[in-house]
Amino acid sequence: MKAICFYFQIHQPFRLKHYRFFDIGNDHYYYDDFADDDIITRIAQRSYLPANQMLLDMIKENGKKFKVAFSISGTALEQLEQYVPEFIDSMKDLAATGCVEFLSETYAHSLSALYDPEEFVAQVKAHDEKIYQLFGQRPKVFRNTELIYDDDIASMVYAMGFKAAITADAKHVLGWRSPNFLYSSASAPKLKLLLKNGKLSDDIAFRFSNPEWASYPLTADKYIHWINELPQEEQLVNLFMNYDTLGELQPRESGIFEFMKALPRFAAENDIQFWTPSEVVSKFKPVAELAVPYPMSWTDEARDTSAWLGNTLQQEAARKLYSIGERVRLCNDRRIKQDWYYLQGSDHFFYMCTKHNNDGSVHSHYSPYDSPYTAFTNYMNVLSDFMTRVEEQYPTSIDNEELNSLLLTIRNQEQEIEKLHREVEMMRNNIVKDTTGDFPIDVEVPKPEEEPAKKEEEPVKKAAPKKAPAKKKAPAKKAPVKKEAAKKAPAKKETAKKATTAKKAPAKKAKS
Amino acid sequence: MKALMFGWEFPPHILGGLGTASYGLTKGMWENGDMDITFVIPKPWGDEPKDFANIIGANCAPVAWRNVEWDYVESRIGKVMDPQLYFNLRDHIYGDFNYMSTNDLGCIEFSGRYPENLLEEINNYSIVAGVIARTIDCDIIHSHDWLTYPAGIHAKQVTGKPLVIHVHATDFDRSRGNVNPTVFSIEKDGMNNADHIITVSNLTRRTVIEKYGISPDKVTTVHNAVEPLNEELLHLEAPPGKTSKVVTFLGRITMQKGPEYFVEAAAQVLHKVHNAQFVMAGSGDMMDKMIRLAAKRGIADRFHFTGFLKGKQVYEMLAASDVYIMPSVSEPFGISPLEAMQMGVPSIISKQSGCAEILDNVIKIDYWDINAMADAIYSIIKYPAMFKELRDQGLAEVNQITWDKAGAKVINIYRNLINR
Repeated sequence: MKAICFYFQIHQPFRLKHYRFFDIGNDHYYYDDFADDDIITRIAQRSYLPANQMLLDMIKENGKKFKVAFSISGTALEQLEQYVPEFIDSMKDLAATGCVEFLSETYAHSLSALYDPEEFVAQVKAHDEKIYQLFGQRPKVFRNTELIYDDDIASMVYAMGFKAAITADAKHVLGWRSPNFLYSSASAPKLKLLLKNGKLSDDIAFRFSNPEWASYPLTADKYIHWINELPQEEQLVNLFMNYDTLGELQPRESGIFEFMKALPRFAAENDIQFWTPSEVVSKFKPVAELAVPYPMSWTDEARDTSAWLGNTLQQEAARKLYSIGERVRLCNDRRIKQDWYYLQGSDHFFYMCTKHNNDGSVHSHYSPYDSPYTAFTNYMNVLSDFMTRVEEQYPTSIDNEELNSLLLTIRNQEQEIEKLHREVEMMRNNIVKDTTGDFPIDVEVPKPEEEPAKKEEEPVKKAAPKKAPAKKKAPAKKAPVKKEAAKKAPAKKETAKKATTAKKAPAKKAKS
Repeated sequence: MKALMFGWEFPPHILGGLGTASYGLTKGMWENGDMDITFVIPKPWGDEPKDFANIIGANCAPVAWRNVEWDYVESRIGKVMDPQLYFNLRDHIYGDFNYMSTNDLGCIEFSGRYPENLLEEINNYSIVAGVIARTIDCDIIHSHDWLTYPAGIHAKQVTGKPLVIHVHATDFDRSRGNVNPTVFSIEKDGMNNADHIITVSNLTRRTVIEKYGISPDKVTTVHNAVEPLNEELLHLEAPPGKTSKVVTFLGRITMQKGPEYFVEAAAQVLHKVHNAQFVMAGSGDMMDKMIRLAAKRGIADRFHFTGFLKGKQVYEMLAASDVYIMPSVSEPFGISPLEAMQMGVPSIISKQSGCAEILDNVIKIDYWDINAMADAIYSIIKYPAMFKELRDQGLAEVNQITWDKAGAKVINIYRNLINR
């Protein structure tokens, strides 16, 4: 018995508009909505929607024996929600069959795993949350951007509680070994690894409609025969590809949909099953550990990260972008957070690639720019504006650590104030109820929020012996803010935000 | 005095500094009075200013006889040239050029740019010059830059009038020493045949004397000047979103302009100052290399490339700038720092540029001295006093550099030649 594990990637970046130097500081909208709308709508009509319908039919026809996995980036989901909402509905139908598994990845399809572990974790969480909201599934198997994987990433992924990760079959890593087994990670032995079967995947993704290919035309019969002919012990065939292979890369006329539809019948004849990655992980045992000291991916001839980080332009752009990661996470501005995600898309770096030959033509096929240099200049102009906006949030003169503790203090104090507020409110209500009319406090109740700063002193002190101990605990856990500091805070809240340097002293206290 | 000038560019359709200088000089001479100038360019567009010079397009001057009606000529070239002039020129066709590709009016087409077959266009231009020289009465012939030297020589042979050639640049400047032999020979031929040579700076004068072996008494320097800016440009303001200091390089991104020294200096400054942006405006064969270099130095978020700027964009860029820098390795004159100073932007220029000879209120550095360049940039963006002094003094200085003074010098040279 053998098993085929299908997994499809769906991703679309937010493309940048032509952003001139003169726009820096003046224009904070960076995206080419027209191009995004145009591209995603076209691909959805030609590929995603018909392919979804096809998968739904296949699952129904084959009595739920046909199963697939999807990895959809957060940015792609946002675009689909906005421009092709019917796709989300059809995906929900697929999810409802129970034969579809959703994989985890970084929200922005980013390279954060290589640069910024903290950002990486945050993005994976954000993505999984989005998947749960839309499709009601918590992903259990992880797939990084473009299958980028190495030992460090494995440790992080395992620490986040994933059972398995999906990655590529780079020759320089596998050597003589076959991708048709389940492996485990060398750095986190409990993390299972599913490797892409490059040959069989690319037969469908790239060669299917190429008449110059020796095996053209490819039929489901022939294809299943190849899988059946694999050595007895090689039981797992991982077919990973972009979802737009169905209908876009391999157009409808090439017969790709009919090919897919015929697969289950021939598979059943040969006792080949379709499993999701989670099933694979639970049913197979890993045969060996796989050590990957340097990152590998499924892109370009080199199968490494050189497609995004191969030249000085790309390295510079990525370094500059992630240099402000910590700052961005301190910000609360929603638009900054959003731009931060969109700017991280690996595609922006992909467009800056200066490779030639086959790889180069793939890069320029996807790129909206006429040269990698234009791509770089445009990206850096945008990034430069973005960095200025981040700097405007907090002055650069304060280092991150200090800023962090100051922000924590402010946040704790805010919580504290809120709690005291509630307390005051409650006590007032009590007084009003109990002594109807004796204390004319209800006149003061509707007063604005600044007022309690002064008044709370009295009622709180009275109430303190009883209620304070229990309630003081919460902020104390996060940072041991002194009681005095908390009481001074309300009045100084505003000043603390603006002239943070003035509050250095309490911040130091909070840190220690 | 009647002068017949040959040029290649004329505003508003210009590709480089040559057109601006030709225009300024012609206007400056006209302001001195008693000058009747005919200016020949390969391809006029019809919107050239005509009040101080009579513009003739080489692509409107027939070299082969065509039997055409007045009305037809008017409809074809009426907006560019007086049809009567066409018929006058047609009466002076001196040979049978029907073997050349000519149009329905018997004229040769010109691109008026710097195309691949530039040498062919130069040759055609000199053929047309023969017709024009036979038609237009003149006292002196004046050729601007090497492209028009052959035309000047031809006109001199036809009319016997003295020839002045105006050296705006030599191939030694353009190529950092690796001269193109064909260009060199055209330049050398022009200089040998000229009765007098005008150079735009002493630097160029030295090149002409030393590299081309011309007798020093035949070469005179007349420095370029600038046209006063109009009110609209002077009142351009920096964009409202500007938060940091902007240091600008404006020009073709080629070897001659020393762009790599600018990138290196920028890297040094950015090491110290965070609040500065560097802009390389223009395009050229070294642009990609510069983008890579900026990335390699890790300053790409503060170092921007705008691509080619034209017309008003140039002044918008200057209005947004706090420092202008021209680190040219070899610059015959370099009019752009003067324009920056007019816009009130303090300038840093290399000692190897011609304009350094006449400017005092700028910072002059050697093009290779990155440290000095970085120091200069730093002090201008850091010390308001420095900025203000350079801006105010520079503005006062540059307003004194006017074309009528340059024009008077040229007229003086004409007089000496004619009365010789």
